[in-house]
Amino acid sequence: MPTKYTENELGRDLENKEYEYGFYTDIESEKFPVGLNEGVVRAISKKKNEPEWMTEWRLEAFRIWEKMEEPDWANVDYEKPDFQAISYYSAFKKKPELESLDEVDPELLKTFEKLGISLDEQKRLSGVAMDIVIDSVSVATTFKDTLNEKGIIFCPISEAIEKHPELVKKYIGSIVPRTDNFYAALNSAVFSDGSFCYIPKGVKCPMELSTYFRINEAGTGQFERTLLIADEGSYVSYLEGCTAPQRDENQLHAAVVELIVLDDAEIKYSTVQNWYPGNSEGKGGVYNFVTKRAIAHTNSKISWTQVETGSAVTWKYPSCILKGDNSIGEFYSIAVTNNHQQADTGTKMIHLGNNTKSTIISKGVSAGKSQNSYRGLVRVGKNAKNARNFSQCDSLLMGNECGAHTFPYIETKNSTAQIEHEATTSKIGEDQLFYCNQRGIDTEKAIALIVNGFSKEVLNKLPMEFAVEAQKLLEISLEGSVG
Amino acid sequence: MLKIKNLHAKIGDKEILKGINLTIKAGEVHAIMGPNGSGKTTLSSVIAGREDYKVTEGSISLYGDDLLDLAPEDRAHKGVFMSFQYPVAIPGVTVTNFIKTAINAKRKVEGKDDMPAAELLKMIREKAKLIGIDRSFLSRSLNDGFSGGEKKRNEIFQMAMLEPKMAILDETDSGLDIDALKTVANGVNKLRSKDNAVIVITHYQRLLDYIVPDFVHVLSDGKIVKTGGKELALELEAKGYEWVK
Repeated sequence: MPTKYTENELGRDLENKEYEYGFYTDIESEKFPVGLNEGVVRAISKKKNEPEWMTEWRLEAFRIWEKMEEPDWANVDYEKPDFQAISYYSAFKKKPELESLDEVDPELLKTFEKLGISLDEQKRLSGVAMDIVIDSVSVATTFKDTLNEKGIIFCPISEAIEKHPELVKKYIGSIVPRTDNFYAALNSAVFSDGSFCYIPKGVKCPMELSTYFRINEAGTGQFERTLLIADEGSYVSYLEGCTAPQRDENQLHAAVVELIVLDDAEIKYSTVQNWYPGNSEGKGGVYNFVTKRAIAHTNSKISWTQVETGSAVTWKYPSCILKGDNSIGEFYSIAVTNNHQQADTGTKMIHLGNNTKSTIISKGVSAGKSQNSYRGLVRVGKNAKNARNFSQCDSLLMGNECGAHTFPYIETKNSTAQIEHEATTSKIGEDQLFYCNQRGIDTEKAIALIVNGFSKEVLNKLPMEFAVEAQKLLEISLEGSVG
Repeated sequence: MLKIKNLHAKIGDKEILKGINLTIKAGEVHAIMGPNGSGKTTLSSVIAGREDYKVTEGSISLYGDDLLDLAPEDRAHKGVFMSFQYPVAIPGVTVTNFIKTAINAKRKVEGKDDMPAAELLKMIREKAKLIGIDRSFLSRSLNDGFSGGEKKRNEIFQMAMLEPKMAILDETDSGLDIDALKTVANGVNKLRSKDNAVIVITHYQRLLDYIVPDFVHVLSDGKIVKTGGKELALELEAKGYEWVK
């Protein structure tokens, strides 16, 4: 007789599914001794040859951080990192300054090949310009010339601090102030690299801008800082994606992303996140505490799309401040948790302008012993007339040991607001699996099919090449060897 | 083609099938009739490989291959198809995507590449026309919000696409009005050939006016208690199931 394949067995298979992209790049790197104090902050700033104002900005952030406490309101449970046991800077010893891919360390290229995102292919097939962040220092920047012609600035943030201080000074910390939260303050003090992007007035960026982040050095915290500015009437689609090598130590990741969308501009920001989620016992894995926020001025539009499959603990709420009249905010999210993963993710839509509109589509898939929470806030200010929001939160459960939670918060101070919230919870049933099996589709493929169908509304929002990769990640995250 | 010998099966501790014997040859249509609880759905589920049922004795073979050792998907690859009484919905997965996945899963097992898109599209159009379904139907989510008639037509459409050797229609007539019943029956009739066989499981004889069986078997309390030609169905309709008990 064929083995009976119940949901419980399915759950067990999923628990035993090891991290597909668990490998380690053998590139020598240089890193600071562990611990954090003013001296370390100064040293990071010095390492990056930063001007005095930047050093001072970091020091102020450090002083704010010192007085703050780690938040514990999220629906996650983990051992708090020892912030004095982390090394706050890691850079490759052979810091290359590259014109072409030929100059990239072959080890690094091999890593990308394993990930199926070889630069060559990416460049040839999709025309994607990439600012690759491996650990903390960017090692390759491509398609610079095309972007230069349009006046688009796309570079590591350290380079922006040096070459475009007026823009950085004006906007950094303007949306996520140093006082915002514990991790944002920490990031402001110690961020080592990240991306900067400026799209000039009226320019439509001709290609998808893409960054691949990786955490690559055991015990190194990763503090990325991203700043995107879309000037009046401009448009950009920005992709952020990442995977990380397998390891036992918990890794802290506390990124800050700030988007500034000026009048009539649009930013589409897409993320595929696949950091090491820990092994089947819940050991190891990345802690991902991210602050992402955007401000939308008059007639502008922000669209966040995220596919979250990795990390041991995720704490992430890409948000929109709809400041200008007629501005639009969108949030499309798929969060998949398996084994002992915990995700507390969602968005905040802050309606301040008149006729502002927001849409939230959140899809959570939970398997194994994982906990998956949606936490969202829709706030309508007292001067925001005719604000509209539509929220939809769907959860899909696999097995009996995982959890799905929804925490929607709604605050309206204006009676003209229209707010709708819909939520569903469903389970992948034996009936669905048997139906697929009877048609010749095995259980693994059936799960992939069902999950992809469930996530379709969000997957459809991703740029084409990214959607294919995201679909692959969903399958990898959930497939188990069939019993 | 299909040989069922002394088949006993139970669900939990309850024995439902108590020794079924049935031989089906290519080109034949067999109707299995019986009152509620006689074991009709259990029989079709056991042939298809549903794991809730435990076979305690007997065998099922298709062209001499033992089916009971195979997983449901492997049985499907060998040509077993079941039209479900209650087809489940898979939201977000279109009828086209689903059938493509099913066809390519089978081709993979046969060592073939995925069916080329043009060929698949051509086949879908032909079969959709044959079954009389609208093309717009193909881009809807599988069984999601489908009417009873749409669900059953979709089952027959999948049967047309997968070209099974042994098709089992489990209460395909339930919940259908007379027009929908005719459409579905016509579809099945068009798919009949000398190379395949059909088991029609039904409660009422009206479906058999449209899908005319070569043999009618009456199932009662887990056993086939009477076998005859198509006239048996009419007799049964007139006299009621009490007559065979």
